[in-house]
Amino acid sequence: MTTPFEIQTGRLTIPVGAGDHIRGSESAPVTLVEYGDYQCPYCGAAYPIVEELLRERADVVRLVFRNFPLSDIHPSAEPAAEFAESAPPDRFWDAHDWLFTHQDRLDPPHLASAAAELDPSGQMVKSMAGRVFADRIRHDFLGGVRSGVNGTPTFFVNGVRHDGGYELSELIAAVDAARPM
Amino acid sequence: MPQSGDKAPDFTLPFGPGETVSLSSLRGRPVVLAFYPADFSPVCSDQMALYQAVKSEFDRYDAQLFGISVDGVWCHRAFADSRNLRFPLLSDFEPKGEVSRAYGSYDAELGESLRNLFVIDASGTVFWSFASPNGVNPGADGILSALEAMSGGDAS
Repeated sequence: MTTPFEIQTGRLTIPVGAGDHIRGSESAPVTLVEYGDYQCPYCGAAYPIVEELLRERADVVRLVFRNFPLSDIHPSAEPAAEFAESAPPDRFWDAHDWLFTHQDRLDPPHLASAAAELDPSGQMVKSMAGRVFADRIRHDFLGGVRSGVNGTPTFFVNGVRHDGGYELSELIAAVDAARPM
Repeated sequence: MPQSGDKAPDFTLPFGPGETVSLSSLRGRPVVLAFYPADFSPVCSDQMALYQAVKSEFDRYDAQLFGISVDGVWCHRAFADSRNLRFPLLSDFEPKGEVSRAYGSYDAELGESLRNLFVIDASGTVFWSFASPNGVNPGADGILSALEAMSGGDAS
């Protein structure tokens, strides 16, 4: 006999923690978590909007970016995620910015030369080649799946999946609604 | 729409030219049925691409995943090829929408299946069902939670 089974979908299951990449004020009351794929055109379209949101609500919202590469349809997504994760810790967001402003150049030679520029020590290129962050990327991906990520980009505003669009006005409204009075 | 504890309506549907499958032939393993409106429409495409990416997690529960819509088998094949989908897409094409109707998952006005999910247990009983709001891809978290709960939280 089966008992009726109810579950809640679309809730962030992996809390934001020390291992996350965070952009913006540590003490911001609202956290926007983005699950994204660096080769996804929709994520590319959302990128400048999210950046503008961070400017317009600088004291209110901070951004956490987690990887959600859909490798079957985006073959460069995983190498691009390796690129970002392999960047020196203080250059992660520079790598992130480079990827979203060069989505037409995610082929291995361009990634390698950009990595050599971001990290002249050569460590970044080495980490990428060794796929050192494959487990972390998979961990991001599975955590996203368990949270109800349903394509990219998927946003969570203070832990609740944002099912609306990602026009600037819609994201601002969602952030303002989550802001404590 | 069949709910938890209801018997899942049996069906036999094609998933390719000359290939059919019956729900009753899959007793002994969990079955995931993902009804969706149409091949190639943007939300559905994301949903099916997502399920392909998550398929290895469904496999841990030995679950058989099917996408199901009213599109014909050749359309399904073109759609699967374009998205690199490697799980069967069932064709509820003739009589149109009959299985979708049996699952309370048919929009007769649009002539398309609704975006509804069913997780069916090894005995053919619905364990969990979910109707996603129009235009919202339901993701895979509900399916995985259901499979996990059904297996006693123990993925083998």
